[in-house]
Amino acid sequence: MAYKIIASQCTSCSACEPECPNVAIYEKGGTFVINPKKCTECLGHFDVPQCVAVCPVENTCVIDNSVPRYQAPA
Amino acid sequence: MQKLLQLQDFGGPGAKTLDEVRREAAQGGCSSTGGSGKASCGSGAGQGDLSPEVWDKVKNHPCYSEQAHHHFARMHVAVAPACNIQCNYCNRKYDCANESRPGVVSEKLTPEQAARKVLTVASTIPQMTVLGVAGPGDPLANPGKTFKTFELVAETAPDIKLCLSTNGLTLPDHVDRIQAMNVDHVTITINMVDPEIGAKIYPWIFYNHRRIEGVEASRILSERQLLGLEMLTARGILVKVNSVMIPGVNDKHLVEVNRAVKSRGAFLHNIMPLISEPEHGTVFGLTGQRGPTAQELKALQDACEGEMNMMRHCRQCRADAVGLLGEDRSAEFSTDKVMEMEVEYDLEARQAYQAKVEQEREVIARAKQAELAKLADETSAIKIQVAVATKGGGRVNEHFGHAHEFQIYEVSTTGAKFIGHRRVDLYCEGGYASADGVEPIIRALNDCSAVLVAKIGVCPKDSLEGAGIEAVETYAFEFIEKSVIAYFKDYLERVGKSEIRHVVRGDADIRQGAFIET
Repeated sequence: MAYKIIASQCTSCSACEPECPNVAIYEKGGTFVINPKKCTECLGHFDVPQCVAVCPVENTCVIDNSVPRYQAPA
Repeated sequence: MQKLLQLQDFGGPGAKTLDEVRREAAQGGCSSTGGSGKASCGSGAGQGDLSPEVWDKVKNHPCYSEQAHHHFARMHVAVAPACNIQCNYCNRKYDCANESRPGVVSEKLTPEQAARKVLTVASTIPQMTVLGVAGPGDPLANPGKTFKTFELVAETAPDIKLCLSTNGLTLPDHVDRIQAMNVDHVTITINMVDPEIGAKIYPWIFYNHRRIEGVEASRILSERQLLGLEMLTARGILVKVNSVMIPGVNDKHLVEVNRAVKSRGAFLHNIMPLISEPEHGTVFGLTGQRGPTAQELKALQDACEGEMNMMRHCRQCRADAVGLLGEDRSAEFSTDKVMEMEVEYDLEARQAYQAKVEQEREVIARAKQAELAKLADETSAIKIQVAVATKGGGRVNEHFGHAHEFQIYEVSTTGAKFIGHRRVDLYCEGGYASADGVEPIIRALNDCSAVLVAKIGVCPKDSLEGAGIEAVETYAFEFIEKSVIAYFKDYLERVGKSEIRHVVRGDADIRQGAFIET
């Protein structure tokens, strides 16, 4: 139910952190990570996931397949 | 406290109307022919055509005054890692200890660490008069961190000038805060005013929570840049415009950019060569987009100079640079070291140093004028370029083999004009000549007739002579401009007596990579 950041590609530029409407992104061990419990894939906030849109490295903020996709509350 | 009050006078609220600023900017234009000074052309101590008010703001600022950059130091603190646009000459992924592209930095700082670093450096280096936030991302994409840093520094070191360098996308949103914080200089990087051209430079921008691509992205970016520029000049805040010269993309267009920014009140235009080595992994690096040659860059700067003041002394330093423009002392001031150092901020000592520099600059200016007077009767149409090895203080005081860069002057009977730096790889390392020999340096200085040095070995001297570049030790430790003019007078005399033949020199290479001390 969330996006994740591929650590090996993260430049640690921090651009995503303030853009996240759910305050799900934080710095950990030199790169940034997304808390899957907080990530809503920006549904209900923006048309596009903000971390994906602002990240300077393509394919670095990606869907985390290890968790189910986010479902908006009915 | 008095100093603090003076500082607040800088660009204070309602200081100037837009019309007044524009009038000043219009007056600031200087002729492309016969500039006897340089960036701020004109004579005297370098004030040139700038109004006393503008000159007062820039005279101790190494990034704005060519004169000042011999004597004063600036530092950048890397508190702003995030960016909101993508440029084809930048790759944010690439950042390692060997990296030396402008804007790139290895160590990020918090505002608190940055403020501490500024105080430590300013206490150690009285020449340090300017703090800039320039990246490695965009300062205004990190407004909280940027302004917090300025606030902390202003509290303890009120005499340090604050400036920032931005892509301009969010600039209109922050103009009030910039003014409130007494930031007295802002640099905007403007590479185009035509979105069609912009689309070849900027693949996307992040704006209003959307990633916008193509021509639309550049249209928005350009609108925001020009609006920000107008808003700043209306408030009396000095704006310099940086442009990256990309041959075949925006090189011809930059003349139009120059007119657009001048009419909106920018007081200085800095056209820089594209840096695009493939190993940097930038789009331009990978597509083989070349940068300009030295003479291509100069021709464009000359073409724009009739319109407004051109800056030619930019060294394209890193976002964490520390020191005079001719050096990078950032390694001495790593976060670990800074946190351990004792800091005692001595405002009086700093002001005493700065007063001494003022006197020295007067002496240099007088020496230059006196030498220029000796050329008064010469009518030759000859114009040559002369390279100078210097480590600061406005003197010919560097050994050829120890020079990381040379300063290039164009000299004719109308005077000597600084036209730029040429970075080179060190010729002499640990007492031995470098493996590449003197060839790369010859290529970098190929458009010069002579190089003035404090000292030079026999071998490189012969190699240079073979390439038609005269190596001259006669002016060791003399003032630079005086020496360049004196050399030119001697050159004309020897040409007159047919001892030497005047040769029109070719083009030269611009070395890739930002300046770093090695």
